[in-house]
Amino acid sequence: MSKLLTVSPSPHIGSDQSVQELMYGVILSLVPALLVTLYVFGIGALIVVALSVFSCILFEWGIQKYLMKSEIRIRDGSAAVTGLLLAFNLPSNLPWWMVVLGALFAIGIGKMTYGGLGNNPFNPALVGRVFLLISFPVQMTSWPLPVVSRMHYLDATTGATPLGLLKEAVRNGEAVPEVMKQIPDHMQLFLGQMGGSLGEISALALIIGFIWLLYKRIITWHIPVFMVGTIFVFTGILWWLNPVRNATPVFHILTGGVLLGAIYMATDLVTSPMTRAGMILYAAGIGLITVIIRVYGAYPEGVSFAILIMNAFVPLINKYIKPRRFGEEVKHG
Amino acid sequence: MLRTFHKGGIHPPDTKLSAHQPIRDLPLPGSVAVLLSQHMGAPARAVVNKGDAVKTGQLIARGEGFLSSHVHSPVSGTVAKIEEVHDVSGYRRQAVYIDVLGDDWEDSIIRDGTLDKNIRSDGEEILKKIVDAGIVGLGGATFPTHVKLSVPRGKEATCIIINGVECEPYLTADHALMLEKGEEIMVGIQLLKKALHVNKAYLGIENNKQDAVEHMQRLACGFEGIEVCELQVKYPQGGEKQLVQAIIGREVPSGGLPIDVGVVVFNVGTAFAVYEALQKNKPLIERIVTVTGRHLKQPSNFRTRIGTPVSVLIDAAGGIPENTGKIISGGPMMGKALSNTEVPVVKGTSGILILPEEESARQTSQPCIRCARCLSVCPMGLEPYLLMPLSQQNLFDRLEYEHIMDCIECGSCSYICPACRPLLDYIRLGKSNVGKIIRSRKK
Repeated sequence: MSKLLTVSPSPHIGSDQSVQELMYGVILSLVPALLVTLYVFGIGALIVVALSVFSCILFEWGIQKYLMKSEIRIRDGSAAVTGLLLAFNLPSNLPWWMVVLGALFAIGIGKMTYGGLGNNPFNPALVGRVFLLISFPVQMTSWPLPVVSRMHYLDATTGATPLGLLKEAVRNGEAVPEVMKQIPDHMQLFLGQMGGSLGEISALALIIGFIWLLYKRIITWHIPVFMVGTIFVFTGILWWLNPVRNATPVFHILTGGVLLGAIYMATDLVTSPMTRAGMILYAAGIGLITVIIRVYGAYPEGVSFAILIMNAFVPLINKYIKPRRFGEEVKHG
Repeated sequence: MLRTFHKGGIHPPDTKLSAHQPIRDLPLPGSVAVLLSQHMGAPARAVVNKGDAVKTGQLIARGEGFLSSHVHSPVSGTVAKIEEVHDVSGYRRQAVYIDVLGDDWEDSIIRDGTLDKNIRSDGEEILKKIVDAGIVGLGGATFPTHVKLSVPRGKEATCIIINGVECEPYLTADHALMLEKGEEIMVGIQLLKKALHVNKAYLGIENNKQDAVEHMQRLACGFEGIEVCELQVKYPQGGEKQLVQAIIGREVPSGGLPIDVGVVVFNVGTAFAVYEALQKNKPLIERIVTVTGRHLKQPSNFRTRIGTPVSVLIDAAGGIPENTGKIISGGPMMGKALSNTEVPVVKGTSGILILPEEESARQTSQPCIRCARCLSVCPMGLEPYLLMPLSQQNLFDRLEYEHIMDCIECGSCSYICPACRPLLDYIRLGKSNVGKIIRSRKK
């Protein structure tokens, strides 16, 4: 036989799940939430999503080509995921240049300064969002009214988010059950009839995406379930102690991006812990910090900050929470 | 719920193409190259010279020391030369080349195919015959069987486990052997039990071989103290430590051997070889080899004489397919890619797998995205994503601290990695370096 054979060490076969498939799987799972947001926020949502995804890919390409002079890896889909998730964390009437600035910060500072995909300690989309929130607090907290402002972008009529109303009411000493009457009921919240960031509004669409991610084995259930569970238990205790000053646990879960954060932001593979036990600790930490910020802090919502804070603990968690080794407990010799 | 091991594991596609092919005798090759080192341990020393006439089954090389094994001539003919040949790993090794002439067997070997269930030997004699027959573990690691049977002082064997798992995709040699030589294997198991003075044996078979499970369960009724365990399909269940846990639920301690939990593990092929050595006086000169591949004309199970060049096996299965890109000795998870087809079959050759070009080259490695899949599939509870960069940076003390020596090199991490990172390549490298350091410390 004259043909050359390939010689390489074992294993000689591999699973068919690639990085690209994981990334495009995440994008596909976001389609239901994307459809809801296009229906609720219309043209503004379309502009913000398109601009964010396009800018993220463009910045990653530019940085890889001209600054890092490395291989161009935009095809792995990770920049598109960051772009989509960044857009989902922004209001639909955000001026276009802020979107672009957010994308630059997310990709440039949040991801590429650390060396690109796989090396960033913090979730890039959240880095971009928090940068914008701190730099442009007014624009980042003016929320177009759902459905009615579909045909408007910058000129959309705005209102407060449910959590914003709640914070305001508590600050003014009003009773929570009274405020709740001005807020869409739980069913409307579940379907996405509220003001807020693009992607946070419809719990139903996000849960459909979650089920798909589980089915495709892209993420495991641990982080979302434990994060939401912690928030539910913590806010449930507060509500049970004082229902006049606190909102119901269901309300807390359906608002302020808890589900978006739990399913998509906290589960980011790169910035979450490696072991199951580590994931549970991390998720519970996010839940706890979220509630503390919401109830005791200055901001009405705290998911983004909570995730970023816990991202910082991930290396520590990975160092101390190790998988149990086979045969480690048995003494021998 | 069927039994299996608890930690990690993967489910690669079975692809058992030759599953129900009967065992066929491979025609004798024109010449064979019999390696002097077909086992773990010191190479055997040749006791024949160039020009000597040898009979089938004649001793041609004597094991040197305790951890070594005898080698017998698998054919009759003349010793052509004693020279180096490339083994499956690409190393040069001494081999006895024999030009085949007829098939003239040693007179002491009983060649009728009748079943002989009557066990005449005592434990000591069984051990001696196993040494004489040059029997090594036929699962792939080729550890000399007599060494396993000599339980170290202070340890005690309470049962034996027979490995009929064959968890590697594609391979069907053990499956075919169980279907055709089930009773002989049962007798072999009784012999091994007697040699170790234990009265319990478990035979583990994954339930993707339902016919073998049922067949062996039926046969086990006629033998005392043999229990057939149907196991859930999961790779690497054929690993000793995994199999022990799957069957008796005990964990072999880190750095230990199954005997530390009172178990000795043998392959079904080994049990059959023990039967032949004791009941038929036949040394280990042939074995079942699966020849398989998606594009191969006729995936088969061949009874093959040791020393036969791989090319003869492939020709007998229909020849090398046009689009062949890789030829592997063993299974796709742990087998070794061959650089040429003149490599001879050794005692540990369980199969020859032919992969087409499109499945031969590796995918480009991408950055690690810390998806933790390697960690969740590792059957030993290690962190391959961490071991790889540590090995790349030669941080040997860290590698030892992270228990790299526990790795069984099953390849599950590299298999599952979505970024196609060569995790096991670097872990092997690190393991080899750390192993050297640990050994030098003991000196």
